Amino acid sequence: MSLAARIAGSTLFFALTFATAGTAIAQSRYNLQPPATGVASQIYDLHTLMLIICLVIFIGVFGVMFWAVFRHRKSRGAVAANFHENTTVEIAWTVVPVLILLGMAWPATQTVIEMKDTADPDITIKATGYQWKWGYDYLQGEGEGIRFVSNLSTPRAQIEGGAPKNEAYLLEVDNPLVVPVGRKVRILTTAADVIHSWWVPAFGVKQDAIPGFIRDAWFRADAEGIYRGNCAELCGRDHGFMPVEVHVVSAAAYTAWVAERQAASAASAADDTREFTLAELVERGAQVYATNCAACHQPNGQGLPPAFPALDGSPVVRGEAAGQIAVVLNGRPGTAMAAFGQLLSDADIAAAITFTRNTWSNSSGEAVQPAAIAAARGG
Amino acid sequence: MSAVIPDHLHDHHHPAPGGLMRWITTTNHKDIGTMYLVFSFIMFLSGGVMALTIRAELFQPGLQVVQPEFFNQLTTMHGLVMVFGAIMPAFVGFANWQIPLMIGASDMAFARMNNWSFWLLPPAAMLLIGSFFVPGGATAAGWTLYAPLSVQMGMGMDLAIFAVHIMGISSIMGAINIVVTILNMRAPGMTMMKMPLFCWTWLITAYLLIAVMPVLAGAVTMILTDRHFGTSFFNAAGGGDPVMFQHIFWFFGHPEVYIMILPAFGIVSQIIPAFARKPLFGYASMVYATASIAILSFVVWAHHMFTTGMPVAGQLFFMYATMLIAVPTGVKVFNWVATMWRGALSFEPPMLWATGFIFVFTMGGFTGLICAIAPIDIQVQDTYYVVAHFHYVLVAGSLFALFAGAYYWLPKWTGVMPSETLGRLHFWCSIVFFNITFFPMHFLGLAGMPRRIPDYALQFADFNAMASVGAFGFGLSQLIFIAVAVRCARGIGQRATARPWDGAEGLEWTVPSPAPHHTFETAPVLR
Ligand code: HEC
Ligand SMILES: [Cu+2]
Ligand SMILES: [Cu+2]
Repeated sequence: MSLAARIAGSTLFFALTFATAGTAIAQSRYNLQPPATGVASQIYDLHTLMLIICLVIFIGVFGVMFWAVFRHRKSRGAVAANFHENTTVEIAWTVVPVLILLGMAWPATQTVIEMKDTADPDITIKATGYQWKWGYDYLQGEGEGIRFVSNLSTPRAQIEGGAPKNEAYLLEVDNPLVVPVGRKVRILTTAADVIHSWWVPAFGVKQDAIPGFIRDAWFRADAEGIYRGNCAELCGRDHGFMPVEVHVVSAAAYTAWVAERQAASAASAADDTREFTLAELVERGAQVYATNCAACHQPNGQGLPPAFPALDGSPVVRGEAAGQIAVVLNGRPGTAMAAFGQLLSDADIAAAITFTRNTWSNSSGEAVQPAAIAAARGG
Repeated sequence: MSAVIPDHLHDHHHPAPGGLMRWITTTNHKDIGTMYLVFSFIMFLSGGVMALTIRAELFQPGLQVVQPEFFNQLTTMHGLVMVFGAIMPAFVGFANWQIPLMIGASDMAFARMNNWSFWLLPPAAMLLIGSFFVPGGATAAGWTLYAPLSVQMGMGMDLAIFAVHIMGISSIMGAINIVVTILNMRAPGMTMMKMPLFCWTWLITAYLLIAVMPVLAGAVTMILTDRHFGTSFFNAAGGGDPVMFQHIFWFFGHPEVYIMILPAFGIVSQIIPAFARKPLFGYASMVYATASIAILSFVVWAHHMFTTGMPVAGQLFFMYATMLIAVPTGVKVFNWVATMWRGALSFEPPMLWATGFIFVFTMGGFTGLICAIAPIDIQVQDTYYVVAHFHYVLVAGSLFALFAGAYYWLPKWTGVMPSETLGRLHFWCSIVFFNITFFPMHFLGLAGMPRRIPDYALQFADFNAMASVGAFGFGLSQLIFIAVAVRCARGIGQRATARPWDGAEGLEWTVPSPAPHHTFETAPVLR
């Protein structure tokens, strides 16, 4: 659609919605996303109820006001009355709103209580916010022990306008969260650096992820499907680029997914004890770097000083391997540099470090092996 | 501004310095009021340019105009500049001009402190705007400055912290001045319950300012020490709590919302009766409603924090308390409508703006009530729904009331009637473009678009394009006001009589237009 047509189109929408505010309620374009959990549908209904009550009051009050605006005009010969108080009326319009509010508070209270009831989950997953990705740890229930990191998968070229945009532009990730349908999933949220917020609108879940603290929320998805959301708390530069993607699958598909994940992590555990050649490490490291480091240190290694230092030519990268291993494993507290020790496997960290030490103008020629990372973790 | 420098200056017994020194050294409430108003309008335009850059980036999906880090600086500074640089000083400007005139006082109680409260503002503004040019740029942590993000920022954050400190001191001094003036300098016979409502709302606002500005200063100071002096107020690793910052910030922040709206209620309560030619309905209940809003505003702060994960009891308490605020706010709207009912209404520009205010502000009030419902808020918190909500109350609320007041009192300030044609044009352009800009944001937020993002998913494209078009229209419409104000200041247009609006009541209309440099040197006596 051309730009002009789009503007014309949206102006028309606007006019229509003004005219049909009531009927617009059914369409998600103008309303909350179609709910996929019990709590989300309660929220949806609460919102509809509120909208109707407010609309009725609005029409009542402004009906009176516009009547006065058009009828009680000086230019139409209106003569001002002189009343300026009426105790009965004033008490009425204080008490009646209180009663209406009580009517609203009752269903809202029930929903609040239900939202907070995170007891007895089938599966517990910890979601950790990092600048700017989500890490997931399956802590309890089927799939326990699975952990992975979920990054935005929309290519940079689409964001910068070099390529046409996908349908799920900015709402797609490399490793989505997978959960079984109809099961109570408890999400524990926390963060490594700043506050993030884990939000899936269709589930009615938005829970801040606070560094150093753990909070929780829960959902039980009613239907299989792909549900998308975002980080909802400003968390720095790429706050708009850390989506949440949840795949709700059947119990059987979930079991299959768990098996596949566990096999993959066994393979990666084997990697952690292997010796690699320099070329293998650099190749693997380029991948790891692109998904985990390039957002800050940039693909060309120049960083974005002063916020994010260059790794190309950095004294830490040029210096002893042990120094760089310590930075990457433990991060630098109080800065955006996260402790990647909790996020990546030994092999991936070794590869990323080897890559940065052997690319751009850095050329140590030295391969840092997973064993060195394991040793650094140990001591 | 030449017309606000009345010739009476020369008749006066002590010679006043001329030129720039006059403005730097002035202790006259009218001069200081004018400076506040001009300053706030300049800040309004700078904040507006930031807003338009934001809207230009959001016109289409993808990154076109600015990079994400600069985008975050823009949203942050737009908020800080509009709140602390435009809206708050504008109301103080109104207070300076109008309170002495309305209560029959010769000037503000502490005239020299008044000069100082104004002159603190330009340096603060320079720190704030100048922070764009330091290494790392301005702070990009959002106007709410949440820790630990704000602890991560570059030195732009330190400049913002100092700017907030200075503006806070200025506000506190201004507030003390207003309280003392109102309590001690009313003309004989003007009891508290005879005082114009604008003075009442400002009296209550001034108490709010004195109560909460120090809290904000404390919060930003803690960020400063966390940043540079190794404290851990908001750092869990050192035993602190990031959420603590939010509690402290919003303990300031919610009353701050009323600091920005109560004086607006006051202005509208002056204008509606004047153009309905009928006394204000329920004067006493207006005063009580204002006071109860102010008191309630101290116990609702955590409604900004429903998603931080408070215990059930906390969520319920803050939900109920917030809903209660709808009652006194409703009383105000009902009183205004009852004042218009069976009046003899006419719609000169001040009344147009005031009526527009009631209509559009009330929409913001309703979305506020919807946000008060904790489960709904959890869905819409940090989305464009909230952006729509607070622009309905701050732009259609505070800003529209400021324009209403400006059109109402410009004759008194300058001696010239503001152009009616331009005033109407300004109003109709503003209200139409305002709604084109902000109404679709409700839909965006409900459908799931987070706020403070430079790029968005494709389903949000149409409404964003529309909001951007509206925003540019709204921004350009504000230039009309410059034309209106400059014409008045230059003396172009019809001369104003002492009481140019036939329904207007109050002491300010008993002095000539433009108001002489010194008024009420001997106090007027009421009835
Ligand atoms: C969220 C942004 C971010 C990401 C992602 C990130 N870093 Fe960093 N990194 C930083 C910041 C900020 C610093 C500087 C910290 C300081 O001020 O001491 C830093 C510092 C470093 C340093 C020390 C450089 C020096 O000269 O002091 C190394 C080495 C490093 N990072 C490697 C990595 C690697 C390898 C990855 C990917 C696995 C990575 N970083 C991912 C933000 C990031
Ligand atoms: Cu975020
Ligand atoms: Cu609030």
